[in-house]
Amino acid sequence: MRKFDKDRLLLGLAGPALALVVAFLLTSVVLLLSDRNPFEPYRIMVENAEFTDVQVLILNQTGTYYLAALAVAIGFRMNLFNIGVDGQYRLAAMLAAVVGASVELPGPLHVLLIVFVAMFVGAFWAGIAGILKTTRGVSEVVSTIMLNAIATSLIAWMILPANLGVQAEGSNDLTTGEIAESGWIPGLDVDGGTIYGFTFVAFALGIVYWFVLNRTRFGFDLRATGASDSAAQASGVDAKKMVLTAMLISGAVAGLTGLPLLLGQTHTYSFSFPAGIGFTGITIALLGRNSPIGIFFAALLVAFLDKASASLDQYGYEKEIATIMQGLIVISVVVSYELVRQYGLRRQQQKVGEELAAQAKKKEAVSS
Amino acid sequence: MELRGITKRFPGVVANHDIDITIRKGTVHALVGENGAGKSTLMKILYGMQKPDEGTITIDGKQVSFSSPADAIATGIGMVHQHFMLADNLTVLENVVLGGEKLYGIGARARKKIMEISDAYGLNVRPDALVEQLGVADRQRVEILKVLYRGARTLILDEPTAVLVPQEVDALFANLRELKAEGLTVIFISHKLGEVLAVADDITVIRRGTTVGTADPRTTTTKQLAELMVGTELPSPETRESTVTDVPMLSVQGLRLTATDPDGVVREVLDGIDFTIHKGEVVGIAGVEGNGQTELIEALMGLRTPDGGVISLDGADISHAPTRKRREGGIGYIPEDRHRHGLLLESPLWENRILGHVTEAPNSKRGILDPKAARKDTERIVREYDVRTPGIDVTAASLSGGNQQKLIVGREMSHNPKFLIAAHPTRGVDVGAQAQIWDQIREARREGLAVLLISADLDELIGLSDTLRVMYRGRLVADADPATITPEELGSAMTGAATGHLEHNENGEGR
Repeated sequence: MRKFDKDRLLLGLAGPALALVVAFLLTSVVLLLSDRNPFEPYRIMVENAEFTDVQVLILNQTGTYYLAALAVAIGFRMNLFNIGVDGQYRLAAMLAAVVGASVELPGPLHVLLIVFVAMFVGAFWAGIAGILKTTRGVSEVVSTIMLNAIATSLIAWMILPANLGVQAEGSNDLTTGEIAESGWIPGLDVDGGTIYGFTFVAFALGIVYWFVLNRTRFGFDLRATGASDSAAQASGVDAKKMVLTAMLISGAVAGLTGLPLLLGQTHTYSFSFPAGIGFTGITIALLGRNSPIGIFFAALLVAFLDKASASLDQYGYEKEIATIMQGLIVISVVVSYELVRQYGLRRQQQKVGEELAAQAKKKEAVSS
Repeated sequence: MELRGITKRFPGVVANHDIDITIRKGTVHALVGENGAGKSTLMKILYGMQKPDEGTITIDGKQVSFSSPADAIATGIGMVHQHFMLADNLTVLENVVLGGEKLYGIGARARKKIMEISDAYGLNVRPDALVEQLGVADRQRVEILKVLYRGARTLILDEPTAVLVPQEVDALFANLRELKAEGLTVIFISHKLGEVLAVADDITVIRRGTTVGTADPRTTTTKQLAELMVGTELPSPETRESTVTDVPMLSVQGLRLTATDPDGVVREVLDGIDFTIHKGEVVGIAGVEGNGQTELIEALMGLRTPDGGVISLDGADISHAPTRKRREGGIGYIPEDRHRHGLLLESPLWENRILGHVTEAPNSKRGILDPKAARKDTERIVREYDVRTPGIDVTAASLSGGNQQKLIVGREMSHNPKFLIAAHPTRGVDVGAQAQIWDQIREARREGLAVLLISADLDELIGLSDTLRVMYRGRLVADADPATITPEELGSAMTGAATGHLEHNENGEGR
């Protein structure tokens, strides 16, 4: 009777496929409305992606997005909406950079320290929202959004040269100072550039995520809480502890988001460090249906849109087309998943009814 | 209204075939049948949610064809669903006009109409009360009013008494008679045959998708009706021999629990609860819903922290143990609301088999799940407890209520509980499954299981229990001997009319 599994897989694919088709069509409509060729930009982007340097950019971006989306997905799996991934990873990257630049340790230890600090800071920042929710009932949506704003201001203040920051000579940019080479992660040199070493760690975390969720008691409790809060509590899950733990883990993973870049390329945190990845992570987690494989493809797609759209300007198209498309993807994903979910439930109920009736008939035929 | 030769096929299967029903105007027509007999498909057809493949529906001599509930409503057919569809945070008035704003507006005109209907049929609704403050019976009256407000002349009531106590059922029946007197037609779907006989003018029995017969309520007994419905003999909840031992399994002393109202008033929801359940004993708690039964269960399960008192299981104090420890310690739990507390509806059956016992064999070893063993054991449960399902990968939501309940019973029994909390174990379950669940409880009781039984079905309560207690406003106010007490006596004690030990006497009153 594994065919219900197959059904579920097909329906699982139908959701994103439907969403993407709709998003692409709507983007074409937008292009048409602004008197542009509705399909040309896609062609340019695909052509762009054939260059190996663009491919490396896409892959590295995918790794970063993957981490952010995993962090969001951990929350989603138990109905927690961690919008604060953005603030968590920026604060984590900054403080990890500060600690990393201030010490010099033998290679692996130095890297481990930076990773640990990043996870700790991310977890700490998310944990504030977790504690507020468990003790005072504050919605994590509200508190994490606010924590994002606080993180922004906190970073701006801490990076002042009077505090933790460093102003390089002849530059306006404030940084946290350079991390010594022992604190770098070497990348994989390929045709077209270097793939950050931490990108592979990111994908490996996907496997850990799958294992913890699907093969451990803790993961079962977490998923049960997400599926039905009340049933999970009755089954013996301590809801408050679960909320706090999930927030801490989500924050810790969020803290890793900046590391591929920090350990692989910039080796310092500065004002030009990318922001907003946490929000993209929400899109990706939604599109990838919180599954480690789904998230990978979703991250790849969004990274492709990001990087391959960069040169649209040269051809007379605005590169914001990609941003519009990302927005449309979010909307169509939410709608199409709900449609597919309801359709799937109804269909299965009907199918089960049919099979049972067929069984009963057979029995009757045998007995008569 | 006449239904002739209604047939509905789903690909490969016939859900309804050759259904013939004649419903006379101004009568209460009962439709009885087991779960899965095809009642709901038929109702969906009648209410325009599905189209029949064959057959005709004739109303007042005119043939009709519905393609949506809106069509049915326009023809004067309204449906009161088993699960109420009301917005808790709106008032009665707002709920009634919601979606029907065009009929009488949303202001004074609507209010007048509501009061008119309410008075005409004795529904006694207060238009400005918030729905969340209403009890179950009041909510049901709001649902009925909603349907009448939309101009229904034929009402379909799906299992309307499932959530009511005897006194409320009587009130509902009085309402139905009012409706009848005004020339309205009521189609009444129920499992409870005694009630069907009490209120119906005509009865149609459905079995395996087709009408197998009609019965005259004046000359038919519940037993005959049930046999017609199931095709076999009627099961009874009676326990024959006593298996009560003198070894206490669960003892509760001075249990107190307070809750704060939305208004900030602290109320005692449980007060001075004392009882002991011995090995092999079934203690039944009777009471109108909302008198603390839910809170008692939650305190026993560790979902609420008691404000005082001691709960001990098999000699160990568990008053403050977390839920999981209690479950591991041997408490089995059949929750009153299986959808909210017993199942993950969108998860496959084998994951539902893990729910509540994730730390125990065969579900996991040292923190790691063992899906293979869990799946195998799920298959065993499906087999042994006769869960009708095409496989263990289907979601729990796709099973019928009775089969969901059998899965839960099987799961809880599979961990050899010492003490079982059975809250409404056969609510919404068809007759066949009901008998099985009773058998399983009796079986386990014989082997020394202690059971706390909470039920609104007084026959079940009297039939299964060794000891009966009556709960009223958070207190255990009376006890009774199930061997002699009648449902009527118990019902009146549940309203707080009697305390102490209830003796059966010929006048049917408790002391």
